[in-house]
Amino acid sequence: MSDVAITATRLTKKFGDFTAVDHISFNVEKGEIFGLLGPNGAGKSTVIRMLSTLSTSTEGSATVAGFDVRKEAAKVREHIGLVSEKMIMYDELTARENLTLFGKLYDIPSDVLEKRIGKLLDFVRMQQWADHRIDTFSTGMKQRINVIRALVNQPEILFLDEPTLGLDPQSTAEVRELVRRINIENRTTIILTTHMMTEADMLCDRIGIIDRGKIVAMDTPAGLKRSVSGSDAALFEFEIPNLDSNILSSVKSTGSVSSVVQDDPTHIKVSSVGDDSFDILVDVLRKNGAQIRTVRNLEPTLEDVFLKITGHEVRDEVAKAPVPQRRGGPPGMRPKKRVR
Amino acid sequence: MGLRRVVRHSAWICWKDLLEFSRSKLRMVMLVLMPLFMMMMVGFIFPTGDSISQQPIALANQDLAVNGTSLGDSFVAQLEAVNEQTGMMDLSDAVGFDDIKSKIQDGEVMGGIIVPSTFTSDILAGRQGNITVLTDQSNPQMSATMQSVLTQVIEQMGFLMAEQNLNQTYGVSLEQAPAVLKPYNVELKGIVPGDPNYFEFVAPGIMAMVVMMSLMTGLPHAISYEKDMGTLDGMLAAPTSRWAIILGKVMAQSSTGLIQGFIILLLSVLLFGVSIQGSILLVLLLIILTVFSFVGLGILITSFADKEETATMVMMTLMFPMMFLSGVFFPIQQMPSFMQTLASFLPLTYAADALRKVMVLGAGTEAILTDVLVLAVFGSVLLAVAVPMFKKAMSR
Ligand SMILES: Nc1ncnc2c1ncn2[C@@H]1O[C@H](COP(=O)(O)OP(=O)(O)OP(=O)(O)O)[C@@H](O)[C@H]1O
Ligand SMILES: [Mg+2]
Repeated sequence: MSDVAITATRLTKKFGDFTAVDHISFNVEKGEIFGLLGPNGAGKSTVIRMLSTLSTSTEGSATVAGFDVRKEAAKVREHIGLVSEKMIMYDELTARENLTLFGKLYDIPSDVLEKRIGKLLDFVRMQQWADHRIDTFSTGMKQRINVIRALVNQPEILFLDEPTLGLDPQSTAEVRELVRRINIENRTTIILTTHMMTEADMLCDRIGIIDRGKIVAMDTPAGLKRSVSGSDAALFEFEIPNLDSNILSSVKSTGSVSSVVQDDPTHIKVSSVGDDSFDILVDVLRKNGAQIRTVRNLEPTLEDVFLKITGHEVRDEVAKAPVPQRRGGPPGMRPKKRVR
Repeated sequence: MGLRRVVRHSAWICWKDLLEFSRSKLRMVMLVLMPLFMMMMVGFIFPTGDSISQQPIALANQDLAVNGTSLGDSFVAQLEAVNEQTGMMDLSDAVGFDDIKSKIQDGEVMGGIIVPSTFTSDILAGRQGNITVLTDQSNPQMSATMQSVLTQVIEQMGFLMAEQNLNQTYGVSLEQAPAVLKPYNVELKGIVPGDPNYFEFVAPGIMAMVVMMSLMTGLPHAISYEKDMGTLDGMLAAPTSRWAIILGKVMAQSSTGLIQGFIILLLSVLLFGVSIQGSILLVLLLIILTVFSFVGLGILITSFADKEETATMVMMTLMFPMMFLSGVFFPIQQMPSFMQTLASFLPLTYAADALRKVMVLGAGTEAILTDVLVLAVFGSVLLAVAVPMFKKAMSR
């Protein structure tokens, strides 16, 4: 068996004249969390829909869990779980009833299914809500059930299309934690889409940046950032209330430091090179009696990466893409521009 | 994919649909109210003979007595006696034409009867006694009914008078008098016992129509709703055949359609005095056949309509002609011939016809063979067209 969970080869989807996904090729390794990062209308959902057999490709091919998505769609479906943009749940049914229905569509015997549903509910701490109707839940609770619903068949591969869209910060954190746990505890390969830089950065082993139907960059988060800064250089900002010329000169004379800029009486920006440059800097500052109130790592973000590669910022492609409305929640929060 | 697996999956999908249905109070209430409204509505739009009772009618007796006898008075007395039996009218006194006219305009009365001042003298002089009947023309349906009822009453009274005259003047015995006056008599006799009523005519058609509606509107609605909500994706991404999804939906919609059909049957029998002449089993089988004949159409609309709105629009356009041209409310035989041709293309025509034949006329299988055949063929052909269309539409 190979180590590849998903392969996409020149995968293309056209809606009439409009090319939503344009000859995309990538692989996802088994056990990996792979992120598709891109603005609204980039084609993320369309890729997910083609890979999860909901939509047929216009051109190109793809395999999921070793099966061709077009020729062996039924086989593919047995091995995948899908959390799509809209929640796949019936509001008038209870959590357990929803999970049972989908479990039965995967031909899971009743006794096995019952136990599995119990475990899944435990997994997201929703046991006491099992027999409550979905429409009595908060959006965060709904999304937790929605995610475990995609796990009833114990899929090898889990598709998550904007799993934190429309959630408040606390629920967002919970769902991200859940994604990580699914990946670690079940060894589930995960492919997720997001327009949030931080989310991709936090969760993904590798990221494909997608813009206007094309993958414009693909690497680990660190690799992508390095491609912007060009080296392993890092930029730190220290806030030091008792900053004086002595402290300043000692920092300047440190070997790994390439430049120091003083913005105001209490802030300095330090560029340094090397893996242990941060430790060295803190040691030097301490030795010279500096009180460090705050430190910020001003390393390049994915936003910088995106800006550099595409030449435009991550924002809505207003003309082309209507923002999908999620049931029961406000539209997704836009990523804030980095505050300086 | 094994057939048993498809059936098992579809049973679960049907279970889900019915569970959703049963949890929605509004839909549960509508399940019973819709057939009830339908029957009541029909009852009100088409007043039947015996639905006329206690209609306010103004009566102006202007007759002048001749030698102390007023035939007008005896006419009025007779009219009141007849009315006591039938209870059709609520008679009130009026002065004359203008008085009655203003009362009709005010909506106080539905019509009026005038016995003119020369009534007695005319009759005594050997002329006909004229009686004027006024009706409210703004209500043509009522006006026509009133007119015919009053005319009948008055004619009947004239007939009695004539019999007595014959007897007294020419010595014809009272037993022979009717044959002399009216040599021909028409006796109406239906082929089933009892008085036919309008509900017996419409109830079978409405049953067929409700079943049709639950499939033609319910099925596309159920599927496009799930498509819009995104829940359909969950089923499509599971290893479930498209057949199972459509079959599950059809089963759920048919169940609610059948339930509504039975509610209509029950209401017709309990509230509207309809009696079922034929076999109940045959009625049941016919309803199931009706379901089958409309499933294909429902699926076809579903595959054309990508959004819920479009689905609603398409089915509205299709349904209204079906409702009115298929002889559910008006007999097809009364329609112009090109409309009759049109009606012969609509499956509802055959479903309503077959159900009516069995329920009202007590017909057996042979009598409805054509209807059954047409419905079966229509259902099969549309299903054969619809299923590939649906499969294509599901994978955009
Ligand atoms: N069924 C369809 N018919 C026509 N155009 C479509 C269809 N689905 C998607 N598109 C178009 O394809 C493009 C990509 O859509 P897609 O939903 O894949 O974007 P996305 O990256 O998921 O964006 P979002 O953040 O809005 O979810 C958009 O411009 C969209 O309008
Ligand atoms: Mg999307």
